[in-house]
Amino acid sequence: MSSMHAEPPAYHAPTWLDTLAAWLLALLWILPLVYAVWTAFHPSAYATRFELLAPLTLENFARAWQAAPFARYFLNTAALVLMILAVQLVLATLAAYAFARYEFRGRNVAFALVLVQLMVMPDILVVENYKTMARLGLVDTLAGIGLPYFASAFAIFLLRQTFLGVPKELDEAARVEGASPLQILWRVYVPLARPVYTAFALVSVSFHWNNFLWPLIVTNSIQARPLTVGLQVFSSVDQGVDWSIITAATLMTSAPLLLAFLLFQRQFVQSFMRAGIK
Amino acid sequence: MQRKSFLKICAMSALAAGGWSALPALAQAPVEISFYYPVAVGGPIAKTIDGFAEGFMKENPGIKVSPIYAGTYQETIVKALTAHKSGTPPVTSVLLSTDMFTLIDEDAVVPFDTFAKSAEDKAWMDSFYPAFMQNSRTGGKTWGIPFQRSTVVMYWNKEAFKEAGLDPDKAPANWAELKAAATKLTKKDADGKVSQWGVQIPASGFPYWLFQTLTTPNGAILANEAGTAVKFDDPKVIEALQYWVDLGKAGVHPPGVVEWGTTPKDFFEKKAAIIFTTTGNLTNIRKNAGFPFGVGMIPGNTRKGSPTGGGNFYIFKKATAQQQEAAFKFVKWVTQPERAAQWSIDTGYVAVSQAAYDTAALKKYGAEFPPALVARDQLPVSVAEFSTHDNQRVTKALNDGLQAALTGTKTPEQAMKDAQREADRILRNYK
Amino acid sequence: MRTRAVHAWLMLLPAMLLLVAFTHWPALSTFVDSFHSTAKAGRPSVWVGLENYQVMLEDPVFWKAVRNNLLFATATIPASIGLALAMALWVNERIAGRAFLRMAYFTPTVLPMIAVANIWLFFYTPQYGLLERLTGLLGLPAHNWLGSPSTALAAVTAVAIWKEAGFFMIFYLAALQSLNPSLREAAAIEGASRGYFFRRVLWPLLMPTTLFVLINACINAFRMVDHLFVLTRGGPDNASILLLYHLYEVGFSFWDTGYASAITVVLVVLLAGIALFQFFVLDRRVHYQ
Repeated sequence: MSSMHAEPPAYHAPTWLDTLAAWLLALLWILPLVYAVWTAFHPSAYATRFELLAPLTLENFARAWQAAPFARYFLNTAALVLMILAVQLVLATLAAYAFARYEFRGRNVAFALVLVQLMVMPDILVVENYKTMARLGLVDTLAGIGLPYFASAFAIFLLRQTFLGVPKELDEAARVEGASPLQILWRVYVPLARPVYTAFALVSVSFHWNNFLWPLIVTNSIQARPLTVGLQVFSSVDQGVDWSIITAATLMTSAPLLLAFLLFQRQFVQSFMRAGIK
Repeated sequence: MQRKSFLKICAMSALAAGGWSALPALAQAPVEISFYYPVAVGGPIAKTIDGFAEGFMKENPGIKVSPIYAGTYQETIVKALTAHKSGTPPVTSVLLSTDMFTLIDEDAVVPFDTFAKSAEDKAWMDSFYPAFMQNSRTGGKTWGIPFQRSTVVMYWNKEAFKEAGLDPDKAPANWAELKAAATKLTKKDADGKVSQWGVQIPASGFPYWLFQTLTTPNGAILANEAGTAVKFDDPKVIEALQYWVDLGKAGVHPPGVVEWGTTPKDFFEKKAAIIFTTTGNLTNIRKNAGFPFGVGMIPGNTRKGSPTGGGNFYIFKKATAQQQEAAFKFVKWVTQPERAAQWSIDTGYVAVSQAAYDTAALKKYGAEFPPALVARDQLPVSVAEFSTHDNQRVTKALNDGLQAALTGTKTPEQAMKDAQREADRILRNYK
Repeated sequence: MRTRAVHAWLMLLPAMLLLVAFTHWPALSTFVDSFHSTAKAGRPSVWVGLENYQVMLEDPVFWKAVRNNLLFATATIPASIGLALAMALWVNERIAGRAFLRMAYFTPTVLPMIAVANIWLFFYTPQYGLLERLTGLLGLPAHNWLGSPSTALAAVTAVAIWKEAGFFMIFYLAALQSLNPSLREAAAIEGASRGYFFRRVLWPLLMPTTLFVLINACINAFRMVDHLFVLTRGGPDNASILLLYHLYEVGFSFWDTGYASAITVVLVVLLAGIALFQFFVLDRRVHYQ
């Protein structure tokens, strides 16, 4: 009944102090991006000189584009991130359902084992996991990068918590209608856990988008190499930092994401709604 | 009856198959060699490497070279050793020359001597500059072949020299001159803040390498050839460190640890009039310095000297004999004078053999741009880059000590003594 | 009942198999390795008992890393959560230009770390770096932020907070927007102040989100070391070294797998302690609707 656009009570109106603080923080926060935009569009000489009338150039983008096949890296990363997320969601949903709604021997032990992964970072197990990938012949494939991450303890933990909170009456009502356990899962539990899925998706995509060490070790060619590894070509230590080209490459590769966020902000945040993260 | 003839057919097919494989294969599968390379200079290096691979494969149709870009030097060795420990190392890789002892200790590489059988091969192995071979040989065997090598040189801002009343074409040749020039070159602005430092020697990334530009002229060698002992607490070494710290105290060198990655930019921005950095930066500085600059040898003290640096080719042990032979061929091909010359021009690294400098291309380039020859001319007084067993660990002990002294946390003497103690502890097992 | 148990195990199987293969088994193998010496050419790995742990306890760099990491965690966790909450509260209100604010707060998440680290390298560069120019304008003395032991850790901490806060903001924002608006109206009618409203209504209702964000922040406090590779490499003289970075050094630079395994075990135990504490203690106090 109450509309989100109703006039809020007077005391909720933000003070000028709020506005000032919020804006100062925002300007500080966006400063690196602003710097990136400045440096990418100006020649190297102006990377550290902020003269307003400095000439604009697209040369940095041309150089960055030639330095490595970024279109392919971008595709690899997008495919990788989506694939990992999809598999994580499926596996975690099944596992969480088993933990939440089934009684079986060894359940607590199994759950404890799952919790272990929350604390053990896959990064430290690189050498062992590489051996396994080599044996499976999955080196330099997207599956090779993704496999250690497919079973996400974090997702299982979150979903189990959510499923535990689903009222049992809904469960029984569905069973009375003759639904099988998997159907109940699909029709009752999954819709109710939508916000959790979105929250986890954000965590997962963000993590795998930024992941570097494991993909570096496991990939050998442009076939599966993600952006983070591809961008390493600019950390050329010998010649010193070339900010113009790094920022050009960054803008090229982050622009799609930034644009997507700009355009879909509302929907994005709204998708968390309906019950919040519980 | 059926069974017997069935078995007969099986036996015959097996013999036939055996026979076929015994025949010298006419359409043999190509020998595949994977080749890890680091990217340590900007520019389209990947394209150059791919070009090399293609050129080699054209001349050698039975061999397939797959160049694999592996990140920085540090990342490349992580990748190579991880792969080696999992049983599938690359066949060949360009890695730091200082990684030699580490690779030997991990039993990851084979010496090149086993493949250099003909007189021509032996001549080729002897054709490289001796300074570069110092980090490539130990125990009488050759473990690495120079490919992208460098030395530290001094760059100076000729304009700043003129402004300060110094002869722009005459670089400081020894420590006293360096300090004097730096004092004249240090400029302060109205608030008393330094706007231009006289001299800048980076101490992040690889402090030990830059430190060698001070210890070598002082007549001190930090590690022995076998890589089993170091001398950090030698008075000459401490003296060199004291000189560096004193430059900071005298206000002509920036305080604290100077960042390696921003030093070229500092030079372009005229924040430092003299910098010490790799010859690999030459192309970059040539392109971006908006003023005339000079390139010179590192100032001497009791002698002149600079450390070498950069990467060598290695051949890995776990590859098949065929692959190793193919890799040997490739390494030989890539380091031929014409290609070494081209590589040097493209990247700014020192060409690895005298023959390369004798090629028309490099002769012309050197005539047009004499600074490109400074690094080569410094080679006769160049020494090996610091390298020991358990190299990274010992180097870290030295680096930490250097940074402690430069930030004033420890005196040079204390810092070097602590580093020596740590290094002795680490190298105990290798004596 | 038996069929149900079988069903449960079937649903659990894919996840468990992968976990065992890529987490438990390598972790176990690492644990076992921590009691063995590092294998070298000609010297195979042998059982050495607690020797690696002894070495670790005597290693001043290890203790520096522990101390630094605890400082790092103490700074980043409250700061990033606090800022995230503030950001969410602001963006949720009718502040002018909140679409821009929202985007500004979120950009650090989208930029790749290698770029971010290099940009911050510029900010911290002495003399012509952005920070130096600002302090120069304010008349403050020049400083080498990344090259001084006194400020290196603080400098890298700032980068970490910057990268994290916007990410956590999204979760708080979602939680805030899902709250029943009548709560506010009721509070307004009753004349409750903003501070009171926050303390007694918002904060308890946001507890589930805070717990979620807290877990992430804790894990990140030990996981975020990528920027160190570009900014300071743990220097100067280990002033900014963190545990995971030290682990990389020992494991992938020194290839001292025995010692690296010992550090790994310590890291795991530390994180396990935090996770268990959160799970058992804090979870009880959280108010679920």
